[in-house]
Amino acid sequence: MPPQPSATTIANVTCPFCGLACDDLSISIAGGLIESRTLKCPLAERGFAAGEPATPRVRGKDVSLERAVGEAAALLSRAQSPVIGGLGADMAGARALLALADRCRAVVDHMNSRSKLRNLLVLQDGGWITTTLSEVRNRADLIVLAGTGVVSRFPRFFERCVWNPESMFSRGAPKREVVYLGRGLDVSAGIAPDGTTPQVIECEVARLGDAFSVLRALIAKQPLQCAEAAGVSLEAWGALLEKMKAATYGVVVWAAPDLDFPNADLAVQSLCELIKDLNRHTRFSGMPLGGSDGDFTANGVQMWQTGFPIRSRYARDGLDYDPYHLSAERMLAAGEADALLWVSSYDERRVPPETDVPTIVLGRAGMKLPREPEVLIPVGTPGLDHAGHFFRSDKVVALPLRQLREPIAPSVEQVATAIAAALPA
Amino acid sequence: MALIRLKGGRVYDPAHGVDGEVRDLYIRDGRMVVPAADERVDQEYDVSGRVVMAGAIDMHTHIGGGKVNIARAMLPEDHRGDRLPRGELTRSSCGHAAPGTLATGYRYAEMGYTACFEPAILPVNARQAHMEMGDTPMVDKGGYVMLGSDEFLLRMLAGKQDQAAINDYIAWTLHAARCIGIKVVNPGGISAFKFNQRNLNVDEAHVHYGVTPREIVRVLARGLDDLQVPHPLHIHASNLGVPGNVDSTLATIDAAEGFPIHLTHIQFHSYGTEGDRKFSSAAGRIAEAVNANRHVSCDVGQILFGQTVTASGDNMAQHRNAGHASPRKFVIMDIECDAGCGVVPFRYRDQNFVNALQWAIGLEIFLLVGDPWRVFLTTDHPNGAPFTSYPHLIRLLMDKSFRNEQLARIHPDAQAMTTLASIDREYSLNEIAIMTRAAPAKILGMADRGHLAPGAAADITVYREDADREKMFTAPEYVFKDGEVVARDGRIVKVVWGRFHAVAPEFDRGIEKGLRDYFERYLTMRLENFKIAEDEMLAFGHNAGLATHPCRR
Ligand code: SF4
Ligand SMILES: [Zn+2]
Repeated sequence: MPPQPSATTIANVTCPFCGLACDDLSISIAGGLIESRTLKCPLAERGFAAGEPATPRVRGKDVSLERAVGEAAALLSRAQSPVIGGLGADMAGARALLALADRCRAVVDHMNSRSKLRNLLVLQDGGWITTTLSEVRNRADLIVLAGTGVVSRFPRFFERCVWNPESMFSRGAPKREVVYLGRGLDVSAGIAPDGTTPQVIECEVARLGDAFSVLRALIAKQPLQCAEAAGVSLEAWGALLEKMKAATYGVVVWAAPDLDFPNADLAVQSLCELIKDLNRHTRFSGMPLGGSDGDFTANGVQMWQTGFPIRSRYARDGLDYDPYHLSAERMLAAGEADALLWVSSYDERRVPPETDVPTIVLGRAGMKLPREPEVLIPVGTPGLDHAGHFFRSDKVVALPLRQLREPIAPSVEQVATAIAAALPA
Repeated sequence: MALIRLKGGRVYDPAHGVDGEVRDLYIRDGRMVVPAADERVDQEYDVSGRVVMAGAIDMHTHIGGGKVNIARAMLPEDHRGDRLPRGELTRSSCGHAAPGTLATGYRYAEMGYTACFEPAILPVNARQAHMEMGDTPMVDKGGYVMLGSDEFLLRMLAGKQDQAAINDYIAWTLHAARCIGIKVVNPGGISAFKFNQRNLNVDEAHVHYGVTPREIVRVLARGLDDLQVPHPLHIHASNLGVPGNVDSTLATIDAAEGFPIHLTHIQFHSYGTEGDRKFSSAAGRIAEAVNANRHVSCDVGQILFGQTVTASGDNMAQHRNAGHASPRKFVIMDIECDAGCGVVPFRYRDQNFVNALQWAIGLEIFLLVGDPWRVFLTTDHPNGAPFTSYPHLIRLLMDKSFRNEQLARIHPDAQAMTTLASIDREYSLNEIAIMTRAAPAKILGMADRGHLAPGAAADITVYREDADREKMFTAPEYVFKDGEVVARDGRIVKVVWGRFHAVAPEFDRGIEKGLRDYFERYLTMRLENFKIAEDEMLAFGHNAGLATHPCRR
């Protein structure tokens, strides 16, 4: 894109700074600078804010891109057990990183794997019934938020999917009932435009699994030994269940990072089985929110190319997938990795885990690192410095990202492709 | 450019009536040519005694898009049994029921296939489907985009909009989603399921819109005819898998009112209710209807025994079948007021009465439909079986004694309920070439594929003759893609990227006004971002190109 001499506004811009991937932004650009304060979303404001151009460095010294790429290739080719972590990239960047991983027999892991696994393990063990953003926007009459206030991670969720002024199947604004499950959640976004306050069931988030089991037992009319679950009486859970059964299109929303307690995957599984039970008579769906930092983008590409999700090793005899042992963080801590390539192109705050193995960082320009890595290559941000594609939270919609300014650094795709080309044959 | 000769092969090119004649074939610049009389041959392949056909085309195979990727995510245990390590030329991937795109491309090419069509692209998921197909090496590709349970069309029908407006919407969708055909899945039923309807018969009204599947089939079949889109409406009919669904399948044929239609995985729609178990073969009635209606074609969706995974846009049917999941897990999704999906792993067993009879029903249809131009060889990969089982299926069709041996092994009650043993027909090589090459190219409107006349793309498969047809079709001696040898004896020798195929019928751009308003008011994606640009397609497909075929029937 040529530099913009005078102010222009670009409509229908996609934002890649959380998994909602809102694509309705109008971005004003004047003198090459993006006016980000008008975006009405704190994460978008941050993400679209200007960044400083930066130079590649090798062991702290400014070098040319070619030199940094060559150094990165040399380092990876010496490694016996390299890890490519972070994986905060767009679709083309993910393609290039995975091709590189295949070349150097690396382990691949995403920076959000720990929380994402709370869902993936459920998908692999029992499956689920889920829905997508536009379905919620048009159909949901009951929205249960399990252990999350949502908006700190997905700021515009309520604006886009809950308090929309009209829907296809309602006259005027759709009628919703909003119920939060959890203590100490920010429930302000759940207040309806007409002032109706949401119901809050003040339960212990870490014991949500018990609550879902109780709801399942109540549906099955099984006798219960306990008097409460997750700190809330059985009567209250019984009342919630009646509400769920009466909904015509109920939805339970959760955000895996907010379910940060031991065996959270079991709680998610209990919830998904409850949703299956409810579908015997009515329609009810889960909505696991995620996809931030290009999580579902990198995972999507890895899965379609190879069948296996991330946390896989491109081993000599084929791919290994191991959601526990192939954690980048665990491998580094256990001394099982001897090189790290870390990628974070959306967020300069997502720095690599602490390690003393040789490290290459492809970081959004402006990244401040606690330890100077062997190689640092600043990269452009998808949807800002270059065009690209990003997968939304529901994994169904892949949105085009646009270039909005003269790039301040090369793309992950360019750098990863160059590193692969510089590897010895 | 270099002239290549394939010398002395037995050529099967049914598009031009060539049935096993010994001929030399010439290739230049990736195309079939007639050389000048005195022209020097630069490279020669002696294929005397070999069987030579155009590259095979799979016109219905689930190779890319959201539900396939869900199936992949769900099945690490299946992948572990079939890992492809990185080779000198090829990349790491995995195979079997829900293979990675890389393995998909390699394995299709190793079997002599040079083009594959993904039959169930949700409009809103089309970009992902093309990314995945773009990452499928070796083969050309394209897709059918789904309409019929999208709220926009149902609103048009409920609002009694005229056929011209609907045609504009069909054409706009083909264009925006970059597809080569339109598919309807359980017409209206995916939407009805979101309103908690659990069944939708051909003449039953959608509870919200009052629209019936019959109306949906008619307007879509007619619209494609009006627009002269070569591929007829691709129909996954109502009541998938339900005993007695033969009636709704016949009603669906009736609903098309003479407009061309293609009934997909018809095996799953050919069930009666006779016998003690109230499940019987209606293959005879279905074949009779297909034989009698020249505007109807079908593919079979043959099941073969073993582990696989079923992935469909039909959330209603998949939810109904979820109890049969093996292993016990399933995913059902409602998607963007556009469509839905359901993924259910499944293990077909020869000692299970229903599965055994399904196997027999599929074969009965193959053998009772007389015209190989109107019945296509599919397993509805992976729904009936993974595509890698095609050579086995070809042997079942070509070799009666082998077929009867297999028949003798299935559940005895199923044996008693099928007429299979009494059918003598054996497919000829020419008929196999029709159903896997000439006919798919014709029904998709690809004038330069599926045949070997001058001007055609030089996608060619050379088989070593073998009485064991399964062996013969597993690992052809040579596979040429656009004039280059890409596979030899069942191994990849060169990695190439095939192009996309699409159609782009004309439409009144005025349709976008109403659509833009609809997107902005109700959906969570903008119309501008929904439409896939040509340069995106090129990038998804490793710059191998996008062929847009003319619309004429
Ligand atoms: S909610 Fe998320 S995607 Fe939407 S504007 Fe804010 S950061 Fe961007
Ligand atoms: Zn299918």
